[in-house]
Amino acid sequence: MTTTSYTAASIPTAPGRLSRAMVLTGVGAAVLSVALLAGPRYGLLLLIGLGFGLALEGFRFGFTGPWRRMILMRDPSGLIAQLVCIGIVAVAAFPLLATHGSELKGAHAPIGVAMIGGAFVFGACMQVVLGCGSGTLVNAGTGNAVGAVALPFFAIGSFAGAYHLSWWSSLGSLPVVALSGTDGLMVTLAGLAAVAVLAFLLRAKGVYYMPARYVGAILVLAGLAILHLVVAGQPWGVVYGLGLWVAKGVVAAGGDLSGSAFWAAPANAAQVEASLLTDITSLTDLGLIAGAALVAWWRAGLASPVGKLPAKAWVAVVIAGLVLGYSSRLAFGCNIGAFFSGIGTGSAHGWVWFVAAFAGSWAGIRLRPHLGLEARR
Amino acid sequence: MTRLHVTLLLALGMGGLLVLDRVQSRPLNPYTAPPMLALGSGLAASGAHCAAPPPAVQ
Repeated sequence: MTTTSYTAASIPTAPGRLSRAMVLTGVGAAVLSVALLAGPRYGLLLLIGLGFGLALEGFRFGFTGPWRRMILMRDPSGLIAQLVCIGIVAVAAFPLLATHGSELKGAHAPIGVAMIGGAFVFGACMQVVLGCGSGTLVNAGTGNAVGAVALPFFAIGSFAGAYHLSWWSSLGSLPVVALSGTDGLMVTLAGLAAVAVLAFLLRAKGVYYMPARYVGAILVLAGLAILHLVVAGQPWGVVYGLGLWVAKGVVAAGGDLSGSAFWAAPANAAQVEASLLTDITSLTDLGLIAGAALVAWWRAGLASPVGKLPAKAWVAVVIAGLVLGYSSRLAFGCNIGAFFSGIGTGSAHGWVWFVAAFAGSWAGIRLRPHLGLEARR
Repeated sequence: MTRLHVTLLLALGMGGLLVLDRVQSRPLNPYTAPPMLALGSGLAASGAHCAAPPPAVQ
């Protein structure tokens, strides 16, 4: 951790009312422009993405940090908050999927060899850069240099992972298993409660404390996630959009994607040709980055200097970013698409992802000091 | 270098991405866009998601 000293003249001050009004007007104009140019659903999705960014940064809530605190300090508060949030989403999502299964779909994916390995590696790398799928977007938006450097490589990795996804999946996977209906919801809630109780029992003595901001984060994120399902017809996800950005760049540079079963598939090929302003995850990703940046600017949090790291740490960030993207595609999602939305909509792969990624996080935390990203303990 | 510089560089990158997208993509047509809400639209969910199983290897 570094400390920052300010002289009286350089103490960062919060932006004035006029600046705030101008920026909010600009944000509103951007949302309205997308709604008018692309369609109202897409404008609303950009707005939901902004909400995710505002909530994650505004409440200082995430996924990587709470797992790290659970593993290192046996502080379960953040992990329990995540589980409660997923439970609230499940309570709304299961009935919606049961009654409107033709209009809405869950984040359902098969459990497989590559999926489990991908989740483990993702868990390790997210601790290396201290950012998962949503966390890397938030960190980048708030001026964290590690997040900003990791993000483009995350996107490249996501593109490459999707490129090879069919091959990896052919190594062996089970049929998709998705819990549904009231019984499925009860099993899901019981599972979430069991993990929460286990985390609580494993807490260090006197550590447990649920910050009030977590309660706000739980309610706002759950509300936005349910709204996302209602608007988009699918749950919140992150990594597809990042890979799509690179796919569009490859095509613009004259590249040919016909060699990939994934990118040549009709639905994905059509999305590469279509505007990013009609892609669900691209819109929420862009909104998330902007929302997080807005909160940081609002709080005058962008004035602090960027921390210095050794060269080997930057190499580690680049490699971890690439692997984060690649492994998240093999794992059928990151902490959002697989863990949060997968479990929240009944997918068994979300539970397996959680176990594998948590084990990977344990390894990643121990790896971090050796990569020059923090002092050795 | 401050966080503001990093955020501005990122904003520049995102802006460049949107310009590339504008040049490379099919033109937008809001009149063929889906209804605002998928729920109750009567249309099948068709968006891409990272959890969607991939096409089988040929």
